[in-house]
Parts: sequence; C-alpha cells; structure tokens
Amino acid sequence: MMLDVQEATVRYGAITALHGISFQINEGEIVTLLGANGAGKTTTLRMLSGLHAPSSGAIFFEGADITNVKAHDFSAMGISHVPEGRRIFPQMTVEENLEMGAFKRSSAYHDDMSRMYETFPILKDRRKQLGANLSGGEQQMLAIARALMAQPRLLLLDEPSMGLAPMIVETIFRIIADIRKQGTTVFVVEQNAAQALRLADRGYVMENGRIVFSDTAQNLLHDERVRAVYLGESVES
Amino acid sequence: MGAFGHYLSGHFATFRLEFWSLFVGGVANGFLYGMIAVGYTLVYGVLRLINFAHSEIFMSGGFAGYFVMKALIGNSVPSGAATVFLIIVGIVVGGTAGALVATLLERVAYRPLRRRNAPKLAYLISAIGASYFLFNLAGKEFGRYSISMPQPYINHPVFHIFGAAVQLYYVVIFIAGVVMLFALDRVVATTKLGRSIRAVAQDAETASLMGVNIDRTIALTFIVGGALGGAAGFLFGLGTGVVYTMGFVPALKAFTAAVLGGIGNLRGAMIGGLLLGVVESLSVVFVQAAYIDVIAFGILVAVLLFRPTGILGERLGRAA
Repeated sequence: MMLDVQEATVRYGAITALHGISFQINEGEIVTLLGANGAGKTTTLRMLSGLHAPSSGAIFFEGADITNVKAHDFSAMGISHVPEGRRIFPQMTVEENLEMGAFKRSSAYHDDMSRMYETFPILKDRRKQLGANLSGGEQQMLAIARALMAQPRLLLLDEPSMGLAPMIVETIFRIIADIRKQGTTVFVVEQNAAQALRLADRGYVMENGRIVFSDTAQNLLHDERVRAVYLGESVES
Repeated sequence: MGAFGHYLSGHFATFRLEFWSLFVGGVANGFLYGMIAVGYTLVYGVLRLINFAHSEIFMSGGFAGYFVMKALIGNSVPSGAATVFLIIVGIVVGGTAGALVATLLERVAYRPLRRRNAPKLAYLISAIGASYFLFNLAGKEFGRYSISMPQPYINHPVFHIFGAAVQLYYVVIFIAGVVMLFALDRVVATTKLGRSIRAVAQDAETASLMGVNIDRTIALTFIVGGALGGAAGFLFGLGTGVVYTMGFVPALKAFTAAVLGGIGNLRGAMIGGLLLGVVESLSVVFVQAAYIDVIAFGILVAVLLFRPTGILGERLGRAA
C-alpha cells in the first residue's frame, strides 16, 4: 500500500469538511475521487499535500506517518500536487515554472526539462512566455509538467479537465495514462466522472465530507448511484 | 518662476552650475531612496503589507554606522585609503543592523499576526507601534539631539561634472547604490532565493507545494530589504548625522518612491527613488528649498490619485 488514510477529519474553524475518511491507494494505480461540488474532494487533496492538517486520524505514505508533515516538505517526499485552477506562476516564464517544480531537487534536472518538452512540445515553443499568457490547455499541461519535475511517486490532480475544450481534455487524460505507464501512481479528483472512470482502476465516491462507497472503476461506471452523482443528484434516498 | 527667469535671462552659467550640483545631490538622494524603497516593495510583494516600521530599520543602520565610525576614527583624521575601508565597514555594519532589526520586526510584529490570520489593519497598527517603540527607545538611549558622524574625507571633491564639484560622499553613494541595487536585481531575477521570493509573491500556497518554505522566504525577504535599508541609513547619517527621528522623512519619501515606481515592482522602486530624488532636488530652482517636502509628498498624492499602480504598474513578484 502506497498511501493509507485512516479516519482523517479536517475542520475549517467550526465547520467539519471531512468526517473521518479512510481510503487507500496502491502503487501503480490510478484512483479517482468522485463527488458533487462541495463534497470535500479538494479538501481531501489539500490534506494530502499538507495544506490542511487533519485534526484527527492519520495518513501514511510508503509506511511513514506523514499526518503532520508541512506542505513545503511534500514535494521532496515524493508527492506532487497539481492544484485546482492550475495555479501557474503568472509572472514567470514557462521555463521558470518548470524550474519551480524542481525547487527541492539538488541534482541536475535539465534532462527532465528536455523530457517535458518532448512530452509537451507546445511548452517548448512557449518556453520564454509568461505563464499568464498561456491558454487554459497550455496552463494545464504546464501545471502537470511542473509537478512531474519533482519526480513524484504519487501525483495528485485536482480537476484537470476543468474549463478545457473536449479535445484538450482527451489529450490531458491520455497524458495522465502515460504518466502511470511510466511508473507514477495517480490520484485524480474529477467532476467529469465518466471520463475519470474510463481512465481509473478504482474509484471512491464522496458526499458531504464522507466517502460513501468505493469499487473498481468498471463497476462504478455502471452503478446507478454513480450516475446520480455524475448528474449532481443526491445519493442518499 | 521669478528666480528661474532670472537665471535664464542673464546668468546661464550660474544656473548651469547650480543645476548640475543640484542634479548630483538629487541622484545621490535618489539612490538612498531607491535602497530604502526596495525594502518596502519586497515586503509588500511577499506579505501585501507596507512595513511602516521600515524607517526604524534605516535609523538603526545610521546609529550602528555611527558607533562603529566613532570607535574606529574618534577624532583622528584617516588617510584616503583608510576612508574607503571605513566606509565599507560602515555599510556592512549598517546593513547588518538593518537586517537584524528587520528580522526582529518580522518575528515580533508580523509573524504572530500571520499565524492568526489577522486582518490587514492589525498589521498596520502593529507596524506603527513597533516604529514608535523603536525610535523612542533610540531617543532614550542615544539622546534626543542630532549627532554628527565622524567624517573621513567625504567632502573632498573627486571630479567635476559641467563645473559642479562631485564630492567623495556622492561618489560613495553612487557606487554603493549601483552595486547594491544591481546585485539585488540579479539575485531576485536569477537565484533560487530570488525565485522563491517571486513565487511567494505571486502565489504563496502554490509556492509551498513546490517545496518553498514560506516562513523562511518571508524572513529572508525582510533580511534582504533590511540590509539595504540599514546601509542607506549609514550613508545618510554619514552626511547628515544621526538622530532618533532620522528615519521618518527619508523612509516616507522612499515609500513615495516605491508607490511612484509601482509598489511590488523592484525596478520600479529603484527608478521611482532616483526620479523622486532628482525632481525634489531640482525643484529648488523653482520654489524655495523649504518646499522640498511639499513637492515630494505632492507627488505621492498625485500618484495615488491619478496612477495608483505607479510608473511601471504593479507587476507583482516580477524580477523586472
């Protein structure tokens, strides 16, 4: 087991965003987290990057307790996070954004940079342009490439398809599949449930800060309740 | 206008001489403003707050420089070579004192508020409180009167520009200003520290996802800005003397310069500093010298009214 979340609770002041959730991710998997807006998906990812420490419960990564590790120590540990809305550094060039991804690496990383430019040729063309001047699709590719520059073993993706044209979404999902083939485990939060389930091995479904059920992606794809979630309706009857 | 017309009509040579000596003095002041202004703009970049206690960082550099000069020179008259050495020592000591006070301010006046997610107004009140505390402490400890600094050969004219003498004091400020501002510009544009400062300025949370330690970056930003402010304090004190209230007006003018250039924009602060120094100095051609501060703060009001983003606009966290 690569990641093991046990009974994790996250609170924002008086509001409880996550009510003791538990889930696991195995090495080499693509796991997706589904749920309606406000179900707690983003909070779950933020918890897995140290942006919100759980008030109770525990998180283990590759056997080590990482419950109270600070956000800035996650990338060196092997967990990279592609945040919701991509969050490209707007006043840095594409190249500088990639360098930020390798911030904690002490060894030379220029081979990786060339590799990113091979995977994402458009980024090579835009190398000297500011992040703010990229299109949404280009920013998403840059956000993924930037996260990969840290050589993560677990990649967290928050809504990678948000606001992108269908053709670009196809490309992004193909890239995510390739990333897994190259040995990186992927945990992806998506609104686009159908697409996410075709990509993933397993899925968890969240509602109101709780994981309500989980199954293989195949089974979830044909599950009545998932169809309800996908349509944004309530699962509880 | 009368005086200006007078110059134009009959005494062009006199006007030219006066113009260039005012210009030289203005550029020197401008470098000092620039060195202080970058401190405001750097801290604004990473914290989105104006460090109104920056004036006391400047003052601490002045006093630290004064004490070290007094210890090293006393009443003796050093040689030219020794003067260069002494000034370098003064800059280093002033800069160190500035960096220390800046670190103290960040730890005591700002970090606890950041931990509690305090509203911006709390930072402002904390800054003003820290400022009053520091300058009154200096007033109590060092006396409430102006002390002139032991001056090595600084009034010695080094060369002339269009007939106007350029004293060693100005040459020192030019060299120190150019070296420090250029070095700062390069550090922010090209080094890992600079990248982390820009990343925190643009998006602190995402910077932390990349592995940037936000607390440490903020602390280092205060150190860098404090070092330049403290060094400027020494250079200012060398010419004007030191007193517990010495930081107030120069720092407020440097704040004006930072706003003029575009707060958050590093090169803007440098350009704004030079521009303010020169404009303010040359204004005495047109108005009485007593109006200098009116001109400087008039510029602040005008910028805030008509172009609040400053000359270069707000390009947060941008190197250039």
